[in-house]
Amino acid sequence: MRPEEVKKIAHLARLAILSEEELVSYTQNLTDIMHLIEQLNAIDVTGIEPMSHPFDMVQRLREDVVTEADQRDLLQSNNVVPFSTVEGLYLVPQVIE
Amino acid sequence: MHMKSLTELSVALKNKQISSKELTQHYLNRIEQFDKTLNSFITVTPEQALAAAESADQLLTKGEGNALTGIPLAQKDIFCTLGVRSSAGSKMLDNFIAPYDATVVEKCNHAGMVMLGKTNMDDAAMGSSNENSFYGSVKNPWDLTVVPGGSSGGSAAAVAAGLTPIATGTDTGGSIRQPASFCGISGLKPTYGLVSRYGMIAFASSLDQGGPMGRTAADVALFLNVMAGFDPKDSTCVKTTVPDYAASLDDSIAGLRIGLPKEYFAEGLNPEIAACIEAAAKEYQKLGATLHEVSLPNSKTALAAYYVIAPAEASSNLSRYDGIRFGHRCENPKDLLDLYSRSRAEGFGREVKRRIMIGTYMLSSGYFDAYYLKAQKIRRLIANDYQAAFKQVDVILGPTAPSVAFKLGEKSNDPVSMYLSDIYTIPVNLAGLPAMSIPAGFVNNLPVGMHLTGNYFAEARLLNIAHQYQKNTDWHERFPETYK
Repeated sequence: MRPEEVKKIAHLARLAILSEEELVSYTQNLTDIMHLIEQLNAIDVTGIEPMSHPFDMVQRLREDVVTEADQRDLLQSNNVVPFSTVEGLYLVPQVIE
Repeated sequence: MHMKSLTELSVALKNKQISSKELTQHYLNRIEQFDKTLNSFITVTPEQALAAAESADQLLTKGEGNALTGIPLAQKDIFCTLGVRSSAGSKMLDNFIAPYDATVVEKCNHAGMVMLGKTNMDDAAMGSSNENSFYGSVKNPWDLTVVPGGSSGGSAAAVAAGLTPIATGTDTGGSIRQPASFCGISGLKPTYGLVSRYGMIAFASSLDQGGPMGRTAADVALFLNVMAGFDPKDSTCVKTTVPDYAASLDDSIAGLRIGLPKEYFAEGLNPEIAACIEAAAKEYQKLGATLHEVSLPNSKTALAAYYVIAPAEASSNLSRYDGIRFGHRCENPKDLLDLYSRSRAEGFGREVKRRIMIGTYMLSSGYFDAYYLKAQKIRRLIANDYQAAFKQVDVILGPTAPSVAFKLGEKSNDPVSMYLSDIYTIPVNLAGLPAMSIPAGFVNNLPVGMHLTGNYFAEARLLNIAHQYQKNTDWHERFPETYK
């Protein structure tokens, strides 16, 4: 892995790299981990279906009725959220110029 | 008192030899006395505990309640607990007071159990040593210079040191079983979908599973009765009848066919650990079981497949931590991108960030097929290996970990070396099978765990097999000297 690749991945993941030391460390770590993962290349998986759930379950469906209560006040109470809200909206830095 | 099993405590409470309040106070005192050194708890909840004990005592006085009424427990800090900090061992959630109870927590409360507090864990459940916690490392009660294992290191250490009779843990790649092995206790990872993940802070959604950690298989069985069961709020929960896991503990195991995977006993396994497992196998033969060699040929690629799938799922799950609605937010963000990037960089530990980055890479355009999709196919091959083995045997036996607990700091600079601690536990998570670790001996005065894997929903059988071993051996009764 090259440091530029690591920077690009960090940006995709919205993770600031806080120092040069971090960049060096992550580059080495990710290189080592990729080396472990390269082992997968040797395996032949022709004709095998991917498995994402042990029982190949699909999303269970339910009746289309409202069961959730409006909990905005609870979820935005000072206990839970230390940030400012205005009329139930979270305040963030300006997004659009 | 603290050296008694949950089963014994349950009887004592029922016979009014002790009250829940006395029992709870006893454990709270021990936490006060010992936990500064062990660091197994992140949050202790004495008022709440004593109030719950009071309610439990009222039920018990009337002769009501069940086997777990009034029993103290510790909740791994990955479970949301209403009104109590739920940090997942992370700076990201240090300020997070959960507005609801996880289903597992609700079930424990409904059973009349008494929560002592929230246990320490590796940051976001990512780790095998409990050295990655924002709240500092947990120590192993058997030797304070070695790790308790992870990520459920706090729960394991607390049970092992008698700071709680029972605890919850979670297991994505071995995080219940490996610390159980390192701390000399019994831990079970249920079949994927048996225990609700609602309110359990997510790491890798197709692998995560909550489970019980206790002093004995019988204790684990009693607690699994509380934890297990279909929950409509968890869309990956499986609708299945939950038996009484304690009812079949005393069934005979004569005729049990035990499989020993040849790949696990090849060179590379520490010979002293191999000796413990071989002795355990012989013990099973005395009880009427037969031993068979089986093969799990794709188990060698399990570690690599896991380190594609788990980080990929984690990168997706952890994207919710954006510093906007809850959790850590950086000071003076200059714009939205800075708010996201710095909040996340500050809130997550190094290992978490490593895994998010690997996961992001795996899922990114151009790499998805080569890595993520391929790993999901290898996953099926691994699951198929187990199904083939289960045609010949009833349970698979092996070591839980390749070593006993290693020294604090020994592997913390080498992530891949740390990942190798989970080499025997990981394949089970990929396949979604149930598995247990129970004490099977000591090497260099540190506990060794044996690993038992069953077929889907065979928890009752696994617990029965584990219990029979514990009836005929006493490894599980050993207690670290300092904490007696």
